Amino acid sequence: MGRDSITLPRMSATVTPAAPRPTAMRRRSWRKRGDRFGDAAMYAICLGAALLGAAVIVAIAYQVVHGAQPAISKFGLGFITSTEWKPTEQFSVFGAGSLLFGTLFSSFFALLLGAPIAISIGLYLSLLAPKAVRGVVSPLVELLAAVPSVILGFWGILILAPFVKSTIEPALHSVLGFIPIFGEPQTTGSSVFTASLILTIMIIPIIASVSRDLFMAVPSELQDGAAALGSTRWEVIRGVVLPSTLSGMIAASLLGLGRALGEAIAVAQVIGGGTESHLSLFKNGGTMASIIALQFPSAVSAIHTASLYYIAALLLVIGVASNLLASWVGIRFGSAGGAMR
Amino acid sequence: MSPDRQPFDPTQPLVATGNLRRRHAISRVAQGLAIAAAVAAVAVLVIVIWAVVSHGVKAVSWDFITKGEPDGIGPNLVGTGIIVGIGTLIAMPIGVLIALFLSEYAGRRGSHTVQLLMDVMNGLPSIIIAVFIYILIVAPTQQQSGFAAAIALSIIEVPLIARGTQEVLNLVPGAQREAADALGVARWRSVLTIILPAALGGIVTATLLSVARAAGETAPVLLISGLGNGATFQLNPFEALPNVPVRIFQLSEEANPEGFTKAWGLSLVLIAIILALGLSSRALLNRSKRKLTR
Repeated sequence: MGRDSITLPRMSATVTPAAPRPTAMRRRSWRKRGDRFGDAAMYAICLGAALLGAAVIVAIAYQVVHGAQPAISKFGLGFITSTEWKPTEQFSVFGAGSLLFGTLFSSFFALLLGAPIAISIGLYLSLLAPKAVRGVVSPLVELLAAVPSVILGFWGILILAPFVKSTIEPALHSVLGFIPIFGEPQTTGSSVFTASLILTIMIIPIIASVSRDLFMAVPSELQDGAAALGSTRWEVIRGVVLPSTLSGMIAASLLGLGRALGEAIAVAQVIGGGTESHLSLFKNGGTMASIIALQFPSAVSAIHTASLYYIAALLLVIGVASNLLASWVGIRFGSAGGAMR
Repeated sequence: MSPDRQPFDPTQPLVATGNLRRRHAISRVAQGLAIAAAVAAVAVLVIVIWAVVSHGVKAVSWDFITKGEPDGIGPNLVGTGIIVGIGTLIAMPIGVLIALFLSEYAGRRGSHTVQLLMDVMNGLPSIIIAVFIYILIVAPTQQQSGFAAAIALSIIEVPLIARGTQEVLNLVPGAQREAADALGVARWRSVLTIILPAALGGIVTATLLSVARAAGETAPVLLISGLGNGATFQLNPFEALPNVPVRIFQLSEEANPEGFTKAWGLSLVLIAIILALGLSSRALLNRSKRKLTR
């Protein structure tokens, strides 16, 4: 149809400019020009804000890697696997291996502990709880996310750590002591285990609120269909709700993991600031984020600072990777769940 | 039909037997576990809040809130207020503009990209942002400053404000936009006079929530502003400002019972502020959502 109209001779008539109009029209055309400018300016400002966001992320990556340059050229990639971290003048040897290990160890342990609890909370809040209970518990869980990490860490030092030291650690050690991660407890209560518990408390509300929204989005026809076939409530959840939201749950867990990996302050308060690598949960340890918070303000040498930048760069890579992975899982496998609908 | 099965007796009440009974039991156990998980989370919240309140009440008094060190924490409160205030002033327009870009201007691909960008920004560990601003501002000038800390906080706040605003912008009925278009109103006019006013409640909500988040952020302020002299009130944002979260962190690292009492007091004040912000924003959000979806 469009091709036909090109051949028509009256096409040319539409191209002729409109005849000049009297003053009322001129005012309108002035306004039109203003609108055109306003539209363009509005668009430019909004686009500029979005580009600024992109620029900030690029600048963060550049600056951190640039700052780490001395350490990168001195230690190379061996930095990642080397486990020696001795900032004092006579050694000045740096390697992130044990800190990397401590970060992954504490965060995965927190995820192992927190994700099932958080997903159960999500299930309860979306499918099981009566409406009145939901209206009260849901905001409370979100409130848990609003507690600042420094307060949670302070609470961890004074309340949680003594309790962990006197009760939980000896109990776990006496029952599961043959597994190396449940080794001999230490005297202070500042341990990887305590840090993991704090991280668990921090990631539960994140995973819980994301998974609650996920479960709410599962079409009720599917659930009703399963119930009509005689499924019990648990069978509806296990057979319909959980399989169709698996990717979302993985994405939510990755978000929680990202948060746990990057938490600096609360971990710095309760983990005890060790830099050795060991398998025991009950000894003190260190993570990448916490070592930056603890040592950055009092770094003893330029190479010490640069090594902390190097650690920040590694942390940036891990953090961004877990975030991107989360959204990739959400998009890539979310469509498979969508096909079920 | 197994031979030992009872003959059907219509007078007996219907009870699940055998396999069905087992399935019901499993279902009940699973529901019980879910309830237990929710109870555990609420219990942890109650325990933490109770610890802060019961210990903090001993420290908090009028003098504690208004005076400087060593009696009180007035300068710390003012310092945190300045840092968070400046950070929010920077973050709010940028966040709102990004949300506008996402909902009004970006096409499918553009909005995917910017959305991803916001997710990445939101997921950045705050210690990384702290290190970034340190390299960018503090290291060249050799001067810790509240203003630099405010910039770091604004990087944390932008994605929160953008996401909250965008959610409300999506609630603004499409019919309103179409009505404006049909009347020949230019896009920028309808954005400024119709869409933004309709979403104002949501914007304020998102901002309040981001303020609550920023007020408790410790890592950026620790590295960038440090802790100024807490004895007197300091108002110049281009110097190190005394503030609440770093003071709590510092006191928690010293093994000093008196310091602990003060830290509990600081925690109580900080949590009270954050709770107040959270509750008011929730009330506001419910009101403005009702208005939009009516």
